[in-house]
Amino acid sequence: MLPSVAKPAAALALAALSISIILLALGASPIGVFAALGEGAFGSWYAFTDTIVKATPLVFTGLAISLAFSGALWNIGADGQLVIGAIAAGAIGPWLGDWPHPVAIAVVLSAGAVGGAIWGGLAGWLRARRDVNEVISTIMLNFVAAQMLSWVVHGPLMEPSRSYPASSPIAASAELGFYFAPSRLNLGMLIAVILAAACYVVLFHTSAGFELRAMGRNRRAATFFRIRIERLTIVVMALSGALAGLGGAVQVSAITHRLFEKLSPGWGYEAIAVALVAHLNPLGIIAAALFFGALDNGSQAMQRSQNVSPVLVQVIQGMVILFLLAFDTPLWSGMRKTMLGDSVMTDPIAAAELPDA
Amino acid sequence: MLEAFLSSMLSMATPILLAALGELLVEESGIVNIGIEGAMLSGAFFALAGAYFSGSLLLGLACGIAAGVVINAIFAALVVNLAVNQVVSGTALSILSLGITGVFYRRMFGVTGKAFMVRSVPRIPLGPLAKIPLLGPVLFDHNALVYLTFALVPILAYLISRTRYGLRLRAAGERPAAADALGLNVYRIRWQALIAAGALTGLAGAYLTLAYANTFVENISAGRGFVALSVVILGRWNAWGLCAASLLFGAAMALQFGLQALGTMVPYQLFLALPYALTLVVLASFGGQAAAPSALGEPYHRT
Repeated sequence: MLPSVAKPAAALALAALSISIILLALGASPIGVFAALGEGAFGSWYAFTDTIVKATPLVFTGLAISLAFSGALWNIGADGQLVIGAIAAGAIGPWLGDWPHPVAIAVVLSAGAVGGAIWGGLAGWLRARRDVNEVISTIMLNFVAAQMLSWVVHGPLMEPSRSYPASSPIAASAELGFYFAPSRLNLGMLIAVILAAACYVVLFHTSAGFELRAMGRNRRAATFFRIRIERLTIVVMALSGALAGLGGAVQVSAITHRLFEKLSPGWGYEAIAVALVAHLNPLGIIAAALFFGALDNGSQAMQRSQNVSPVLVQVIQGMVILFLLAFDTPLWSGMRKTMLGDSVMTDPIAAAELPDA
Repeated sequence: MLEAFLSSMLSMATPILLAALGELLVEESGIVNIGIEGAMLSGAFFALAGAYFSGSLLLGLACGIAAGVVINAIFAALVVNLAVNQVVSGTALSILSLGITGVFYRRMFGVTGKAFMVRSVPRIPLGPLAKIPLLGPVLFDHNALVYLTFALVPILAYLISRTRYGLRLRAAGERPAAADALGLNVYRIRWQALIAAGALTGLAGAYLTLAYANTFVENISAGRGFVALSVVILGRWNAWGLCAASLLFGAAMALQFGLQALGTMVPYQLFLALPYALTLVVLASFGGQAAAPSALGEPYHRT
């Protein structure tokens, strides 16, 4: 058994090696590309702060994913939940002109959280009460959300004077401003970090968090310990959706100030990688999101200086996840032991109730 | 008008049905592959690149099939042999395919890719059948891939429910431990299903570039892999059901283009969202997992 840092490090090294081979095949210099990537992500104050800005939605969606995955609820729908949150924020935002700044921001962000909670909760309800696999329902809901966004920016929320489909801008009072000008740094990341700490406490230091992790280990064993699986499923999926929805609202409030069709470049899917790299640990999510935010941000600089397309970043992400998975085979089954603890597994009554693991 | 709509419905349904039939085999063997999108996208790109550089449509199709097989082989190594999480692996392969096709596309053809065109897979009107009013142009005036896809429906329906091979496949998906105890090689069965599905999904991608668009744009599969996934569920893990569900999605796509052309008041997004919403309603009404293979999504490792 390798120490916990060695495996991800080996996975990252092998991913870097494979990417280098692809780059050489394309006739690009791997060292130049990686240097440009680092320079673009951290090379200046503006680059560094923009990396944080790009990581922010990934912290929200990453937390959403890790919360659901901890309960073995495979939420693939963070993207849709984020989009619905953004729609809610973008729809209510233009109406808050006369409201005091803190109240307007609270309203816009709450709208996002509620929107996301409805979308996630719907998938939770379908799973708990109608036996619909959440992988499928959340994927379907992603597509419905994307079409809904397309419709509102072409239709009811479209700014009349515009030819390009986008919604009317939110009121200035509802904007989460750039507090560290000239950068785009805003309070979004601070909110995300506070939420990450809250998620960590809930997950590892409360009984509700223990119940969730127990359900993630083994649903039948959790039922045996009188954990109310159905209620927990709905609540967790709604909370997961609320986190993603809040991420969408923060993006609208802090960065875009309005809705447009391709609002999310796939943050909800990228978040699966973020959560996996972080081993579902909420505090690790921050570091993992910064890593992927740096990739996103650095890839644009890389394109300018190395003539490599920014989609290379998806190759890097894909490789990183695949090698992490390959190195981490005991992760999903091994967690069962570490989290419920040996006492439960060796309890003869409980053991009799456990299905083959 | 009706004729054009029905014909377009069939050609829109074809790539979805092809990929969905592959996914049916995979799911019957107990694996859920949400990386179809990736295999389809890779198939689409490499089919076009193959056809473009060799000048041969057949070689292009072969390249598309090979790309789908390679993606699914990576997936098989991860989920069958290493027993890692199927959902996460599938997502990773989709992201990877999006990146790899994008990088190679831009490298080979620049950002616009204007020159990157091939001639289309030819249509083969089936003699006098194509002359029948309405039915002829709708059913009997397509390319070979469309005929092949719909011919696969009865073949796979028979294979899965009536043959010894189908029985083994279903055993691996229902009770892998029992199948293993009876001497069946669950690993091999799952590998075979994934490789066959890779070929079908790669071909579905090739259809998009060689028979439908005649060029490649980034993310040309545009969610069709996920549609195929829902078609399997909506079709209740039955080849004929899959056929009906694919036609439904094909109709929604064809209708959306028709509406955009007509400029009606009904938002076209409604028709795009409809199949997904419908899948959800159907699942919620009839219960989701009842018809699914019981070991679906659970890694199997021999102890």
